[in-house]
Amino acid sequence: MMHRTTGSDLHSPHEVTVGRIHSEDPRISARNVDVYYGQKHAIHHVSLDIGRNEVIAFIGPSGCGKSTFLRCINRMNDTIAGCRVTGTISLDGKMIYDEDMDVVPLRAQIGMVFQKPNPFPKSIYENVAYGLRIHGLASSKGQTEEIVETSLRRAGLWEEVKDSLHHPGTSLSGGQQQRLCIARTIAVNPEVILMDEPCSALDPIATARIEQLIDELREDYTIVIVTHSMQQAARVSQRTAYFHMGKLIEVGETGQIFTNPSHQLTEDYITGRFG
Amino acid sequence: MNNNQQTIERVKAGLQRRRASEKRFRLYGQVSIMTGLLALLILLVSIVSAGYGGFFQTMLVLDVRLDAEVIDPAGQRERDVLLQADYGLLLKQSLYGMFPEVTDRQEKRQLSAFISSGATQSLRDVVLEDPGLVGQTVHIEVEAGSAVDAVYRGDVDRNATQSDRSVNDRQLQWIDHLLDEKRVLQRFNRHFFTSGDSRNPEQAGILGAMAGSFFTIVVTVFLALPVGIAAAIYLEEFSPHNRWTDFIEVNINNLAAVPSIVYGLLGLAVFINFFEMPRSSPMVGGLVLALMTLPVVIIASRSALKSVPPSIREAAFGIGASKVQMVFHHVMPLAMPGMMTGAIIGLARALGESAPLLMIGMVAFIVDVPGSAMDPSTVLPVQIYLWADSPERGFVRLTSAAILVLLGFLICMNGMAVYLRKRFEKRW
Repeated sequence: MMHRTTGSDLHSPHEVTVGRIHSEDPRISARNVDVYYGQKHAIHHVSLDIGRNEVIAFIGPSGCGKSTFLRCINRMNDTIAGCRVTGTISLDGKMIYDEDMDVVPLRAQIGMVFQKPNPFPKSIYENVAYGLRIHGLASSKGQTEEIVETSLRRAGLWEEVKDSLHHPGTSLSGGQQQRLCIARTIAVNPEVILMDEPCSALDPIATARIEQLIDELREDYTIVIVTHSMQQAARVSQRTAYFHMGKLIEVGETGQIFTNPSHQLTEDYITGRFG
Repeated sequence: MNNNQQTIERVKAGLQRRRASEKRFRLYGQVSIMTGLLALLILLVSIVSAGYGGFFQTMLVLDVRLDAEVIDPAGQRERDVLLQADYGLLLKQSLYGMFPEVTDRQEKRQLSAFISSGATQSLRDVVLEDPGLVGQTVHIEVEAGSAVDAVYRGDVDRNATQSDRSVNDRQLQWIDHLLDEKRVLQRFNRHFFTSGDSRNPEQAGILGAMAGSFFTIVVTVFLALPVGIAAAIYLEEFSPHNRWTDFIEVNINNLAAVPSIVYGLLGLAVFINFFEMPRSSPMVGGLVLALMTLPVVIIASRSALKSVPPSIREAAFGIGASKVQMVFHHVMPLAMPGMMTGAIIGLARALGESAPLLMIGMVAFIVDVPGSAMDPSTVLPVQIYLWADSPERGFVRLTSAAILVLLGFLICMNGMAVYLRKRFEKRW
């Protein structure tokens, strides 16, 4: 079903996103989000729904605000001094920027995988078990071991590390470290996983492994992935959102964005005229 | 093509100059390192050669008849009586026995100066240990006086005229006689490690100063470490970054540069005059040194915390760790080696500090070994300062020996800092 609507009823007239920002079964709804770093206006009036069990890719040139918007979703921008967010973002109808929203359970619900693999300088086992421990998710040592194993299996790492669970996580290769970070994230059973250019530090084989993993994880999780690689966006996502200079220019079915973009900027970017 | 060749020509032309400058820089570096090492070597050699003798003591071998009439006329062998007997007389008698020609009062006094005042105690200890010895003659080594000591160590110039040396010709003859009979020898100086300060170099030791240093450093550690590390963590991880915290940061940096004697004045005014804490006590010394060390600990800990990569913090936050969990589970363990190194180096500086302690009265002449942090005492660097001020030849040796002990402690502490850093360093 290919909708080709232009404009959005929820936007102010001067900020127009091309394509369908709505989702039939939205898990995350962002409305009129603006982000400022001190004086700098980093994100302009972005509204977007992210649906259940979909993989949505954010693409765009460097500095376009795609990572900034991603980090708004789990409030990681809170840690940056001078960063201010206006507008609303809701997760399953709960406003995540409300005063009484606690970021600790929020980040347990919305996991995050970073650009550079960043395992804790602890053992592989400890890396995965850490989230369980701080959130009190496992009632016994046996249960912890069980969850660690299933998480590592789901991240496709179990066979490689099952005999070296107590070796340091930092001794793994880059691709393995990134899968360890994914295992660490899914161990706490989040609803949404945010991935900020998860393959940019990896070689093509490790990248293919992660992309396959994203495809498998889609069954249980909503995944938002920021990527520089348009091929990657095309391979793993169902929807794609194109950002340009802090604005959400176009959003739509991935196939449509890459074959038949509606906006001139989107077309220029995906045909390689800039970016 | 031609252009390319030109480029290569130009690069080659400058090459020699570049190589020469690199060579020159290497040479500068090597020369400065050699200078530093040479200075260190000279320092160590001069201290060791001057202080080595301080660890040894000149002894006189005497045959002392433990005359029952003198020690215990009543024959009860009671402890009190044995304690108060005139052992000095026995020692003198033994010495006079060896030189029957000495009869003159003044000469006798000069001869008896060969025995250190500590020798009577040594003899008393022997008798107290075995009262059965009374009435017999014992072959015993006792501490020699400074005249014998000076001649034995070669400090006396025999060619100088009598008025120019501390030992006169008669004394020199007697000492030569004792040397011929092999009655003078050197033993390990046990007083040096087992007694407090004394007016006599033969009896002076550093135990009192070591105990004082120990109590002082304990007070400093228990104050400066927890307070400093907590302050660093708060400032680095929790506090908002505003004008107030900037102001605090500038002040901490300034405090680290304040001359240490100013902290002594502060201690005198606040702890002693206002809170009326005991003067000369390690408690006050420790408080003053803790204040002095605090900025160093805070600055070192903050830079250790800063050096933890932000990716670790993001990883912890990303999984839902609270700020306290992020700090204590991830950042602290990684920053620990750096914090410990900074803290130990700060404490080593405190251990070697004397100026602020002079202000709070730890420079007093204290013979007793302190038993607690509230007893009056002195510390190693101040003891060195005190001895360096004394004119007696023996104290010169003791000064260097005490410096060696202090250096030993400092090397141990710095070694510990290096070990801790190596041991707990983790890579990420």
